[in-house]
Amino acid sequence: MSILRVENAEARYEGNVIFENLCLDVIKGKITTIIGPNGCGKSTLLKTMGRILKPKFGKVYLQDQDINTLPTQEIAKRLTLLPQNPIAPGELGVEELISYGRYPHRKNISNLTTEDKEKIEWALEITHTLPYRDRPLGSLSGGQRQKVWLAMALAQDTTVLLLDEPTTYLDLAHQLDVLQIVENLNHHHQCTVVMVLHDINHAARFSHEIVGMRDGKIMATGSPHELITADTLKQIFHIDARIMVDPSNGSPVCFGYESALAEEEFVLHKEKENVAT
Amino acid sequence: MVNKNRVPKMIILTAPLLIVLVIFLSILYGAKSFDPMTVWNAIFHYHADNQDHAIIQSSRVPRALGALLVGAYLAISGALMQGMTRNYLASPSIMGVTDGSVFVITLCMVFIPSLSSYQMIFASMIGSALGAIIVFGFGSLIRNGLSPIRLAIIGTVIGTFLSSLSAAIASYFQVSQNVSFWYNARLHQIDPSMLKLAIPFGVIGIILALYVSKSITILSLGEDISITLGQRTKYIKIISMLAVIFLTGTAVALVGKIGFVGLIIPHMTRFLVGIDYKWVIPCAGIVGGLFLAICDILSRFINYPFETPIGVLTAIIGVPFFLYLIRSKGGKNVV
Ligand SMILES: Nc1ncnc2c1ncn2[C@@H]1O[C@H](COP(=O)(O)OP(=O)(O)OP(=O)(O)O)[C@@H](O)[C@H]1O
Ligand SMILES: [Mg+2]
Repeated sequence: MSILRVENAEARYEGNVIFENLCLDVIKGKITTIIGPNGCGKSTLLKTMGRILKPKFGKVYLQDQDINTLPTQEIAKRLTLLPQNPIAPGELGVEELISYGRYPHRKNISNLTTEDKEKIEWALEITHTLPYRDRPLGSLSGGQRQKVWLAMALAQDTTVLLLDEPTTYLDLAHQLDVLQIVENLNHHHQCTVVMVLHDINHAARFSHEIVGMRDGKIMATGSPHELITADTLKQIFHIDARIMVDPSNGSPVCFGYESALAEEEFVLHKEKENVAT
Repeated sequence: MVNKNRVPKMIILTAPLLIVLVIFLSILYGAKSFDPMTVWNAIFHYHADNQDHAIIQSSRVPRALGALLVGAYLAISGALMQGMTRNYLASPSIMGVTDGSVFVITLCMVFIPSLSSYQMIFASMIGSALGAIIVFGFGSLIRNGLSPIRLAIIGTVIGTFLSSLSAAIASYFQVSQNVSFWYNARLHQIDPSMLKLAIPFGVIGIILALYVSKSITILSLGEDISITLGQRTKYIKIISMLAVIFLTGTAVALVGKIGFVGLIIPHMTRFLVGIDYKWVIPCAGIVGGLFLAICDILSRFINYPFETPIGVLTAIIGVPFFLYLIRSKGGKNVV
């Protein structure tokens, strides 16, 4: 069953069409990962799903309701989006920033309720950001900041999470940490997650569904086994990937790759020669 | 959190006292200084035939109040603009808002002279809106034009253009004398009837500003985050812009152009109270009002017994601050 549906959407920036006629069904309670080359429109798609960009044509549905007619505060209670590069005033305190995640749930009174406080505490704990709760955002490292933003998104307490490259700036161990947080949320809180990742091995290991994009088109969707194959990776990234199955958890792993462009050029060259003769 | 709000609460609590004190000083000292008793009598036992009483009532009191109001209005406008655009250089005088006001006022003086105070405030507000629309319009047309420094350049260029145009029109139609008032703000020529109107108009602006103050904090986290948190960003921006138009328009109609208050006071205020606009907006109003009133008192003594234009004082303090901002914050587009 789909919880979030993109229907024939077209997105533009000042007349530049990024994608058109794009359709995508996000399955409820699953982790979906979007992969694709830089600039292919992954963030644009995520922003369209998160109503930050209004599609020029087409519709986005959240639980069968048109996202552009639903009251925005209603949506904010059900869906959150962590942008790729959020920037906040450096003087802002960590805990304060996370507390803004409770904004959509606010009642008329301005003070935080017990529930708000619990959620903030939980978000701090689960993202391991407790040690910096009293520090200003500007004093944190890139990776620490990334986790604070994640904590803010979690404090929002939504069932749908859209995460744009949640693992950038993080070292190997912390990348895993964040992805396990996501897995955990999905597993224990039935959250639906759509994220953008650049590491295909992480995508393979942590997703139920992978969406491969290139030049604003969805080239393929499917389970990690269906998608992380030499053929589809060549289509999506123009690489020749060497894939095997990780014996410890059974997910496909890309253990090496070469650029397929050289070969492509060779083929093109050959074709030209054929035409000439 | 309890601890953190101590400074803003202290500012708000001590404000009435400080304001009364500054008003009092502003009335006492000037080209002619009075003793406190005369002031007391002028206010509470007014005699129309007493010359001192007349000066105090018709000149000193409006001047003190005017400086406080204008300082507050400009500072709140600046704070709103900086929070809303996340641009640390945003302010009414840099973004062409005040120049727009003066431009429309000039047009009115030429083509519809004998405007009432009431109509003058409206003209000034229309001008504020016009200035802002032109500057932000250009900003969004040019690639990256909304970045702090580019927007400041666009604002300055368009502001200069509008004020040159006003000067040209004024001299062609020979109203330069009347118009120059709006270029070099002169607080000692405040029109009491205008002052009476400036209060309700300003109050509308302040109420709007306070109404959006919390939302401005969310907006200062960036448009994407703000939408994600369920904020109606367009609505908040429109209300904020309306507040800016009311406040800046009224301030310009009352005393003319005063630079830098709207730029530096919000920064000082954030330095004092942090970045929650729930506190920044009211505190900027208080700090701005006090700042301008104190500048106004000082301006009477720098070149005693001659008055130094208030704009000179705010510029002497403001320009180094402006350069400091560009230097220290230039790289980051964060307020
Ligand atoms: N605000 C914007 N204004 C104009 N063009 C934009 C804007 N944001 C993105 N683009 C363009 O839209 C295209 C898609 O951008 P998008 O951010 O969706 O890519 P992406 O797939 O997320 O890339 P990356 O992996 O680098 O994050 C790019 O060509 C980019 O240059
Ligand atoms: Mg991206």
